[in-house]
Amino acid sequence: MSGSQPTHGYFRPMPRRQLLAAGIAGLVVISLPRRALSRPSLEEAIRIFTGGAEVLDGRVRLELPPLVENGNAVGVTVTAESPMTATDHVRRIGVFNEKNPEANVAVFHLGPRSGRAQVSTRIRLATSQTVVAVAEMSDGSFWSSRASAIVTLAACIEDLT
Amino acid sequence: MTARALISVPKTAMRGEIVEIRAMTAHPMETGYRTGLNGTNIPRNIIRRFACTYDGEEVFSADLFPAISANPFIAFTLIATTSGTIEFVWTDDDGKTQTASADITVT
Repeated sequence: MSGSQPTHGYFRPMPRRQLLAAGIAGLVVISLPRRALSRPSLEEAIRIFTGGAEVLDGRVRLELPPLVENGNAVGVTVTAESPMTATDHVRRIGVFNEKNPEANVAVFHLGPRSGRAQVSTRIRLATSQTVVAVAEMSDGSFWSSRASAIVTLAACIEDLT
Repeated sequence: MTARALISVPKTAMRGEIVEIRAMTAHPMETGYRTGLNGTNIPRNIIRRFACTYDGEEVFSADLFPAISANPFIAFTLIATTSGTIEFVWTDDDGKTQTASADITVT
């Protein structure tokens, strides 16, 4: 539209104040707190699990398929390197996610009678994201491993139609 | 809960052998984040806790959250120490429990 044309009807420019109000209203709508966004972050959830202790990389292996067709059932296996003796074993294994409505996935309690520090389960992933496994050893140290998955069919928040 | 539980425990094992235990129970694990046909939220209904006892002593447990799939499946390992019963208990949001058990003979 060129400047010489009469400005009326559909092409009438919006008054600046109105435009400003519309813009602010739009911003408010975008920033409305959604349940899924008000959850603690991945780091916060891990901090709650560890009680603020330092989390080191290694000694834990998190197996997660890199490409997930159905986010409703994703097989995960967590293995921790530990002799699993009475004096040196894995106490807990926590699994956390980045973008589900809740950051926690599961916490497994193990002990010297477990024999091996290995747990498998099936989890839901609402979208493509990172999953973190943290193991608490009997000496109080925390070790972690992370893996990412691309999810094509989301879980958790879909509607029944 | 009148759900059906499916467990896999070896019938026999050598003393000190590490045996794999697999446990699954039928449960919708409703997350509480879904909307039903009429637009209302479907209330949350999940299994919160799973525990496994071997000869009366708790040897494994898990705290579960809505991110666990429907019909929760958990696989873990145990050291076969003595012949006895391995029992499984799933507890849901209402405190209702579902149990299953299997006997193991250790030689």
